Amino acid sequence: MNTADKFPKKNLLSLQIDLNKFEKATEEEKAQHETMRESTTFFRDGMRKLKKNPLAMISLFVLLALVVTIVIVPMVYPYSYEQMITVNGKRDKTAKNLAPLTYSKNELAAIEEGQKIFPHLFGTDELCRDYFIRVLYGARVSLVIGLFASLIVLVIGLLYGSISGYFGGKVDIVMMRIVDIIYSLPDTLMVVLLSVVLNQVLGNRLQGTIFARVGSNMISLFIVFGVLYWVGMARLVRGQILSIKTNEYVLAARALGAKPGRIIRKHILPNCMSVIFISVALQIPSAIFTESFLSFIGLGVQAPMPSLGSLANNARGGLQSYPYKMVFPAIIICVIVLGFNLLGDGLRDAFDPKLRR
Amino acid sequence: MLKYTVKRVLLALVTIVIISAITFFAMNAIPGGPFDKEKATDPAVQQVLEARFNLDKPVWQQYVIYMQNLAHGDFGISLKTGREISSIITEKFAVSARLGLMAAAFAVVLGLVLGSIAALSRNHWPDRVIIFFTTLFVSVPSFVLATILLLVFALTLKWVSVFSTTNPNYVLPVISLMLYPMSYITRLTKSSMLDVLGQDYIRTARAKGVRDSLVIFKHALRNALIPVITYVGPMVAYILTGSMVVETVFTIGGLGTEFVRSINNQDYPLIMATTIFLAVLMVIATLMSDLVYKIVDPKITFD
Repeated sequence: MNTADKFPKKNLLSLQIDLNKFEKATEEEKAQHETMRESTTFFRDGMRKLKKNPLAMISLFVLLALVVTIVIVPMVYPYSYEQMITVNGKRDKTAKNLAPLTYSKNELAAIEEGQKIFPHLFGTDELCRDYFIRVLYGARVSLVIGLFASLIVLVIGLLYGSISGYFGGKVDIVMMRIVDIIYSLPDTLMVVLLSVVLNQVLGNRLQGTIFARVGSNMISLFIVFGVLYWVGMARLVRGQILSIKTNEYVLAARALGAKPGRIIRKHILPNCMSVIFISVALQIPSAIFTESFLSFIGLGVQAPMPSLGSLANNARGGLQSYPYKMVFPAIIICVIVLGFNLLGDGLRDAFDPKLRR
Repeated sequence: MLKYTVKRVLLALVTIVIISAITFFAMNAIPGGPFDKEKATDPAVQQVLEARFNLDKPVWQQYVIYMQNLAHGDFGISLKTGREISSIITEKFAVSARLGLMAAAFAVVLGLVLGSIAALSRNHWPDRVIIFFTTLFVSVPSFVLATILLLVFALTLKWVSVFSTTNPNYVLPVISLMLYPMSYITRLTKSSMLDVLGQDYIRTARAKGVRDSLVIFKHALRNALIPVITYVGPMVAYILTGSMVVETVFTIGGLGTEFVRSINNQDYPLIMATTIFLAVLMVIATLMSDLVYKIVDPKITFD
């Protein structure tokens, strides 16, 4: 054998490995063992993990489908959320409290005549308005409130937390005492109180301005969120910055003469973004919860504008006769909140540096 | 410990003063006074009334007087009924407290049990079922839950009778009030239990041959309880605000119903008084749970 000659002879009792028993790898086999993984960024890695999480992906799709529906459908839908149903240009007073997918007397007559009438998917309410479009608008209002409120919380919390965390010392102590006090205020009660008061105070002053269209209730809701809910975000941002601030690259940037604003923007914030965004995603359902709670006790958005909470509140009156009026907004609100909760959990599992292995 | 306690008590006092100040000045910011009526009152009568209730004094003096009265338990009178607010609160709170305490007790007990079961049967079906339902329950607002329970069990199936202010049936209200905190406690217990079960001392105990039940109850559960204590404060807050909704849905004549009614009636003194009362309760609950947490957890040092 040719190969055997190349190896030294093996002693009979030696424990050395017998090299004759091994074969040299061919080029093909060598190529197989080379790892062919591309380098990946933080974001791409997180997205890969997120895609593997079925619950989060389903929630993402459901939420996206919902958003597309509430944006597009009202444009093409034949009924309006604030006006009575009309048949042949006349207000149809027989279309009161219709069950889902049924028609009123006048509409049936019109159908007999050969007209085409779009079915009331969710029925109608006590003021003869199509319920499907009202629920859709309600979902729109609730989502907008959730997103806006979270945005307000994000902006204020980010600014406050980064200033407090970066400068430290006495500035930090004073700023954090303020946060402590606001944090210990019972939020729901303060929300109720401030909405009552702001509503009364703002109510007359807003008349004639652009804000009047949005309604003083919603404005006061946003103010309340801006005043009360940012403290959690500020604490989170501050904690992140305190831990990132001690890294060498921040020291290096400072040694090079970078200004505080630049260090916060370029070095610190990008590194705590993931944690902050997860917290924003989880803030949205809590804002929707608060809004629906307020609407339910009669402090939410103003009629005729519906929100999911106020629709549910109105449905309470005829609960026994028209249960579907309760069921539809209830389901939508649960889907939205559940979707954001599951998506937020998924994002946290995928992007939170502390949970990454 | 003493330093920490003093610090926390001071913070709680400051919070209460701030809450009362916010409520008081907010109340005065609302246009119109308590004696403005549709029919113009005789100016002389108006003056006497204002002097009687100190409305002629500057606002900060009114605040001092209000606080002095508050310290004596005097919240003023309701605009709608003219009753003493302090007597309304004591009467209605008895009902709410019963409901709230029952809900809290069930939430804590069931939450701990379910959480432990989920942690011990990790990745098996009991865990999956428990986590599925608790995830669902934390996503359902209390008013939705309450109305759906009412619709299904009281109106459709007629298993329980509700709608009685004199002798209310507490089953459905308690269930709708406790599901959210119960689910939260379950999730909290599960994660902290899993954390504890991975610790070295559990392995040591098992290696010594300690019985499984003893390991779970004496070593694991005891330590897993600690994070749950911090949730007691927020839970009290949740139950107090949740009871507003639940009591309204089930028409139980408690403080929550009174609060919602006062909002709809625009009965400002009653709104303010209830807010202050509930806020003080919440602040005290948070303070207590934080202090107990510090005492129970040996790992925490006082700074």
